[in-house]
Order: sequence, then C-alpha cells, then structure tokens
Amino acid sequence: MAETSVAGGYAAGESRKLNLKGLGSALAPWTLPIALLLLWEIASQTGLVNARLMPAPTKIAATFWRLLLDGSLFFHTLASTQRAVIGLVIGGGLGFVAGVLTGLWKPAETLLDSTLQMVRNIPHLALIPLVILWFGIDETAKIFLVSIGVFFPIYINTFYGVRTIDPQLVEMASVYGLDRKALVQRIILPGALPSILVGLRYALGFMWLTLIVAETISATSGIGYMTMNAREFLQTDVVLLGIIVYALLGKLADVATRAIEKRVLVWHPAYQVKPGSIK
Amino acid sequence: MSAADFYVPESAGGLPISLSRVEKSFGALNVLGNFNLDIPAGQFLAVVGRSGGGKSTLMRLVAGLDAADSGRVGIGGRQVERLHPSVRLLFQEARLVPWQRVIENVGIARGPNWQETARRTLADVGLEGRENDWPSVLSGGQRQRVALARALVSEPQILLLDEPFGALDALTRIEMHRLLERIWAARGFTTVLITHDVAEAVALADRVVVLREGAIALDIEIDLDRPRQELADPRAVDLQRRILDAV
Ligand SMILES: Nc1ncnc2c1ncn2[C@@H]1O[C@H](COP(=O)(O)OP(=O)(O)OP(=O)(O)O)[C@@H](O)[C@H]1O
Ligand SMILES: [Mg+2]
Repeated sequence: MAETSVAGGYAAGESRKLNLKGLGSALAPWTLPIALLLLWEIASQTGLVNARLMPAPTKIAATFWRLLLDGSLFFHTLASTQRAVIGLVIGGGLGFVAGVLTGLWKPAETLLDSTLQMVRNIPHLALIPLVILWFGIDETAKIFLVSIGVFFPIYINTFYGVRTIDPQLVEMASVYGLDRKALVQRIILPGALPSILVGLRYALGFMWLTLIVAETISATSGIGYMTMNAREFLQTDVVLLGIIVYALLGKLADVATRAIEKRVLVWHPAYQVKPGSIK
Repeated sequence: MSAADFYVPESAGGLPISLSRVEKSFGALNVLGNFNLDIPAGQFLAVVGRSGGGKSTLMRLVAGLDAADSGRVGIGGRQVERLHPSVRLLFQEARLVPWQRVIENVGIARGPNWQETARRTLADVGLEGRENDWPSVLSGGQRQRVALARALVSEPQILLLDEPFGALDALTRIEMHRLLERIWAARGFTTVLITHDVAEAVALADRVVVLREGAIALDIEIDLDRPRQELADPRAVDLQRRILDAV
C-alpha cells in the first residue's frame, strides 16, 4: 500500500492511528453478517417469522451444543470428511496423472482428451440413479461420485498448466542439457502448479457439492444424512446446523488451499510480500 | 579488477566455428543462402544486421537448435548434429526459471559440486549474496548477469549471445560490456555477439560481420586496443560509420 510504504517516516501517534484503522477495516466485513444475525434472532423471538421453519440462531447454537455433546455431530462430520478425502485422493490423483500424461505425451492426448472432454459435459450428478444401481447405497457409490466430481477440474487444469509452460524455458532447459526427468521435475510440474492449484480449488467445491447431494439421497451417516433425517422429524434447527457445517467445511478447505498456495508459490510475484507492505 | 581476478577453468579456451555453403529457408523464405563464415577459436565476433536479416537463425544453427537445409555447420572440426555441450547461449530475455532461486538457476544442470561452482560464478558476475533471491525481485541487468553466470558455470568453449543487452539501459549496458569483455579475456571462449548496436559491436568485438539479405555484406577486423573506451575514439567512430553504411 502506498501510504504504508513510507511508514518508516511516521511518528508513533500516526502509526497508532494506522493500527486502529487496520482494526476497523478488519472488522468491517463482519458488520453485515452480525446485523443480519441480530435481526433474525429478533424476528424469530417476536414471532415475526415462524420459529418452526426458521429457528432462532440461539436455538441453533443450543442444538449445536447438544449434538456436540452426544457425539453425533462429530460422527456425521467425520463420515462426510472421510468420503470427501478418499474421493478427492482417488479422483484428484487420477485427474492429475491423466492431465500430466495428456499434457506431455501427444499419443495420450489423442487417445484420451476428446473422450474426456465429451464425458465432462455429462453432469456427474445425473449419474446418481445409475451409480445406485451399480454400487447400491454403500460407501463405494458416494466415493465414486465424489471422485468423478473432482476428477475433471483437476484433469483440465493440470493439462492446461502443463501445456502452457513457456516454450522458451523448455528450450533453455534443453540447451543446458536437462534430461526428460529433470525437465518434468524442475520445469514442467512446478510451472504447472499454479494452474493445478486452481483446479484443486474448483475440485474442493465440487467435492462438497457432490457429497451433499449423494448423502441426502442415500446414506446412513454423514451431514447430508443427518439433515435429511432431521427433515422427516421437522427438526429445522438440525437442518440449518447441517448447512452451516457444510459451509464451514467448505471454508476450511478453501483456507487450506490458500495456505498451500502461499507456501508453494513463494516464488510468484503475486505472493511475495514487499518490504513495507501490510501482511 | 583485472582479468586474473576471475576463476579460470582448466579447460579455458575456445573452439573454432565454421559454416560452409549453408542454406536455410522457412517455406518460401530463403533466410540464409550459400552462407560461408569461419570463426577462429577464441575470437570475439559481432554480427550486425537489420531486423529479420537472419541473425538469430544463424545462431540457432550454430547452437544446434535448428538444422540447416544443406551445407555444413562445424564446431571444432566436427559437424553439428545436435546441441553441443560446450556451446552456451544467452538470449534477449534472461529465461530464468521463476520458481528456482538464483543459485538454482545458475546450477540448472546440477553438475558435480554445483552449489559451490554457482556461488563462485555469481561472485564473478558481481552478484555475491543474491544466491537465495527469487528471479522476480532482480532488475533486468541483474537477471542477465544471472543468465551469464548460468552460461559460464559449465565452462563453455563457445558463447553465443543474441542481443542479450538490448533491453537494458545505457549505463547498465556499458557495465555488462565491461564484465563480458573481462570474462572473455580471462577465459578465451569463442564469442558470437548478435547486436543492433553498432557502437556495442565496435566496443567489444575483434571482428564485425554485417549480415544483409542472408549474405555477408561487410567483414572487418577491429584492431583497437583493449580495454576500449566506448566514447570518442575517432578510429572507433570511423569504424562505426563504415559498418552503418553496410547495414
Ligand atoms: N521458425 C520460423 N518459421 C518461419 N519463419 C521464421 C522462423 N524463424 C525465423 N523466421 C523468419 O526468418 C527471417 C529471419 O529471422 P531471424 O529471427 O533470424 O532474424 P533476426 O536477424 O534475428 O532479426 P531480429 O534482429 O529482429 O531479431 C525472418 O523473416 C523471420 O520471420
Ligand atoms: Mg533475432
């Protein structure tokens, strides 16, 4: 920021003012959500909205506490997270391998890419009836769906990342005698990494989305199951809690990828903290 | 600093380059036709010419990055078939790997003892202490120094430079000239410098060749004393005028 790049010249009082301003701007994004929560609470308490359909935030907080104590919240969250992670590892791993292969090796591209691009256009959730027929309603079905959901964003972005490596760098590497393995390790994969991470971000979004749908349709555990079950008993508070847990898990995944990006893309000018700028 | 301050490898020295009856076309475009040029070992040759005149093409042939349609390109008496391990290139862009630190860029080939060699070579080009920086924080001149260090690490016997200083400001360019001249004097590799800048050619080279329409339009020796004053030597000004007339 321009005004802080000269911070060395500021007097102490000036810098305290800056800190207060920093605190203010840190809190600013929270004003609206807090106001909305308050409004919701009041509307619910005064009966302005039907507390059955839209329970008050305090009610949800109490439910959260209750489900936390009886262990069911933990149980369902763990079940969902497990499926998410297994699906991500399988689908993401395959997507990565396929992307690198098609990106580097022309015959693989000829063989795979147009088929994959065609399959990509099928919304993977449309496969649910088929998947239930194939795998029944056990874990395999859900993991399969998640895997397909994360496969494509990772595949496409890995392929793109590998393909858009600066050809001048590749030429330079060959002039300096790098063999194929060194070229892939030191030039191509690190160069494709920013794009692969974009793919990962998308994949995480698809991962939770797929899981929500799959779990509400057929499951005996998981957040999706918990909310569907609660709906039958009109426990709106549990349904809302489930939605909030999904939101938090999604946010967590996003924060995790950002942290990874910041770590592995330290070389990238966009991630370098200039001296004198606010972290 | 005198030439002796530089690290001089055992294998110091240059290899001769010879092109005879070389033809190179891109489709219908004949870039080099019946082209002959002999560069003795250790010579500093500058190639000057208009844009699109085939200078980079010539260099890519010598480097083994492209193959001639016919004719012979020889290095040290042997025909060039692919990339030659003792030929190094410097491009107009530094072509540093952005995700490798300066020292890793210099030691890109990861030879034996590469870190120590890279450190020493970085010191030779005046970049001591910048080993662990990312390329993105360096200035244009510093990036070219890193690229030069990367080329020197492998102790080349031929150094090809394709307008490596074209994008630098005048002062940095003069600095780079001095550096290159000193290292060349110490190591004695054969040097081919491609440039638009006639003053640069006269300031650095033993010999200047003007390339026009795929043929050599002028070939003159520059027998001025070294190290050369870039400014105001009347003989240099005269040579520059003769080269400019031929371009
Ligand atoms: N790979 C290629 N395919 C087609 N044409 C090419 C190719 N490389 C070079 N050319 C053409 O060959 C001619 C000579 O190009 P070259 O790059 O050797 O010129 P140059 O003398 O280096 O020019 P400059 O000073 O602008 O770098 C140009 O007309 C160019 O368009
Ligand atoms: Mg050129």
